[in-house]
Parts: sequence; structure tokens; C-alpha cells
Amino acid sequence: MKKIGLPLDAGNLKAGDEVLFSGVIYTARDQAHMKLSASLLSGRKPPFDLKGQIIYYCGPNPAPKGKVIGSCGPTTSRRMDGFTSLLLKSGVNGMIGKGSRSKEVIREIKKHKAVYFITHAGCGALLAKQVRSKMIVAYPELGPEAIYRLQVKDFPLIVAVDSKGRDIYSRRRND
Amino acid sequence: MRIIKAQKIKNAVSRLCEHANIDLRKDVLSALKTALRFERGAKSKAALRAIIKNAEVARKERLAICQDTGLPSVLVELGQEVKVDGNLKAAIHKGIEEGYRKASLRNSIVSDPLKRGVPSYVPGLIHIDLVKGSRIKITVMPKGFGCENKTQLKMFNPTDGTEEVKKFIVDAVKAAGPDACPPYVVGVGIGGSADYACFLAKKALLNPLQSARGALSRDLLKRINNLKIGPMGLGGRTTALAVNVLTYPTHIAGLPVAINISCHATRSATLVL
Repeated sequence: MKKIGLPLDAGNLKAGDEVLFSGVIYTARDQAHMKLSASLLSGRKPPFDLKGQIIYYCGPNPAPKGKVIGSCGPTTSRRMDGFTSLLLKSGVNGMIGKGSRSKEVIREIKKHKAVYFITHAGCGALLAKQVRSKMIVAYPELGPEAIYRLQVKDFPLIVAVDSKGRDIYSRRRND
Repeated sequence: MRIIKAQKIKNAVSRLCEHANIDLRKDVLSALKTALRFERGAKSKAALRAIIKNAEVARKERLAICQDTGLPSVLVELGQEVKVDGNLKAAIHKGIEEGYRKASLRNSIVSDPLKRGVPSYVPGLIHIDLVKGSRIKITVMPKGFGCENKTQLKMFNPTDGTEEVKKFIVDAVKAAGPDACPPYVVGVGIGGSADYACFLAKKALLNPLQSARGALSRDLLKRINNLKIGPMGLGGRTTALAVNVLTYPTHIAGLPVAINISCHATRSATLVL
């Protein structure tokens, strides 16, 4: 299987490609997206440099004794659709989640030459084994919804929407 | 009268929270393995293999099957001959908190649904049913919200037919699409009132998947699998593992139908005191 890292070579990733990613990703889900967006819209500096980064839609479980992290699979990407355009505009280059995206998000992904990946949904125990380190970056008051910086090794991904706007779910879309 | 200490109930709930979240139900695992034999595509087979492997890793390493450890529902069948020494509901909530903390499960509950705030472990949802006898049966069901968000209720006219009901259920699964972790377990509640149909749909998920053999269940399963959403939404033969239906008498003016979709990590654990 193809191995990839940062910076993302978006142009060489095609919808349907299965890859193993090694490098840094940042978790952010619903509340973190609200806070990030609010800070970007008010012109404040975001808590980490978004440029070229990958956002992972995930709220991990606390690490059991002797482990780096608990179960840490993806959450439903659709709920983040409303915030995605702004984050892409602010430099985010990749997203990891589960399930389909809106037509508008797909257009934005194409426009910014970004990539949307999916990973094994509902397989948080399996994915925890690929995480090498976890560090809190912002919004600790959100608990599991805080932003964590994860160093991952051979994290399994499937390209779901590529930088040309091709979507693996297009045949089965409802909208 | 048999006296059971609230402490004992707390301990039981705590153990059930860990067990339900970490050890995948045998009937669900068995249905996943059967599905793997029926799948033909490389992607759908790989998705099912990952799901089965995940269950093994979770059990061995004592990690949650899914990071969404849910909003736990606790269903209690309380024998009328039992007297609980202490506060039953407080004991259940304490048991949830203890179990979730001990097993490093996620705190996913916000106290104010509108203002949100800092997530905690409790409260769970408690359903108590009085039954004959001198035992207590406790079931913990930690259902994730990716799939809970796909729940639908429809109040049909009493003159609407089975066909309309079936279409509604299949359309609800189609609307969930690839987003809520297929292959799904589909719970259907028919009858009662609006609120009761929703409860039945949730409760139906507790029935062993291999027991869903009625004509309605089988036909719905066939139609749902014809959607070809497939494991993880990547296409394939298995969109649902089973369709569990519960019914209850209803009013002459209505026909409530609820559907509660569960992800492939359909979790629950039960014990009897």
C-alpha cells in the first residue's frame, strides 16, 4: 500500500486510493470547529498554524494506563460541513472522517486542491494502535472535544474526495 | 421480600458498562463473520475484516470498541418481590460513572443540551419496568450518536398499508447512507404511541440478531441490502446485519412507526441479580 506524509501531495491522490499516512494530524470535532471558526472570523490567530495541516474529526477516549490513547475512530464528517469552507480557506489541506460530504464541501475541496479521507469507521481500538503520541493543543475545557496533536504511524486512509472533486460516494448520493 | 443493596446494583452497572463497551456482543460478531463469507468485493471484505479485527483488539487490549461510548441507556427489570436497600437511580448513575472512569471510556454527556458545556459521564437514561419475581435484570446499552442521529419517527394513517411502512424504513436507511457506520442493525418499533414506538425501536436492538426471522424482518433486510450501501459505505452486499422488529397494540386512529439505526458496533450487556 502507498505510504504518504506531509506535505500532502494532493495532486497524486485519487478518490478510492488506499494509503497509509505517517505524521502529524490534529483532532477537531463539533465544538472545536465552532471555536476555531469564531477565532478565525474575528481575525484572531488560531491556536495552531493551520497551513498544510490535516484535521481529524475525532474525540478520543482517555488513555488507559500504559497506553498513548484510548479508542480513537472518526466521527461523522457531515456535521463539520458548515465549517469546512472557512478552514480550507485558512490553509487546512486535508480532513479525515467518516461518511459523505455535501456538494458544497466537495466544490470547496476542489477549489483549494485539498483531500478528504475516510478511515475505518467504528474501529477506534484498531486505530489507537497507530497513534504514537498525543498532546493537547487547545480548548482543554472541551474534554474529549479539545484539539489534540497526534503523531501517527501507518494510519490507514481511503481517499474519499480528491483534489479534482471526485467523490467515492457519488453513485449513492441522496442530495 | 428479597433485599438487594443499592451498592450491589452500582457494582453491577459499573461492570456492565465496561463489558458492553469493550466486548462486542457474540451475536453481532457472529453476524459480521457470516457477512464476511457473503461479501465478494475486495473493499467490502477489507472493511468487514477491519471491523472484526477491531473487536479482537478491543477485547484483548481492553479498549473501547468505538470511541463513541454513547449515551448509556440502562434498562432495569425489577422484580416486584425485591426491595432495594438504598437509592436505585442514584446507584445506577454512580455505577455508570465508576464503570466509565475505570475502563477509560469517554465522557460524552453535556448537562445542558442547548448551552452544551463541559462533558461528563452522567446522567445515563434509566428505564425501569416492574416484573414478577424476586430478581433484577439489568441491561446497559451504550449507543453512539452518529447512528442515533439517524432515528426517524412517522405517524402513519391507520389505513396506510404495510408497503408504506416498509418504504419508510428502507428510505430511512438510505438517508443514513454511508454516514452512520454500516453494516447497520436496524431496530423498528411499530404501534403504541409516538414516544413508545421510539422506545420499542431502540429496545429491538437488544434482541439477538439471529432471532430476526419473521417475514417482515426478512423482507426489510432484503430490501435494505439491495441498497448496496455496504460495509463502511463502500458498496457491497451487507448494508444491514439484521432488522429487529417489536410491535405493540395501538389506537384506532394511528399507526406509529419508529426506526432506530445502530452502527455495526451494536453494544449491550446484561446480567441478572
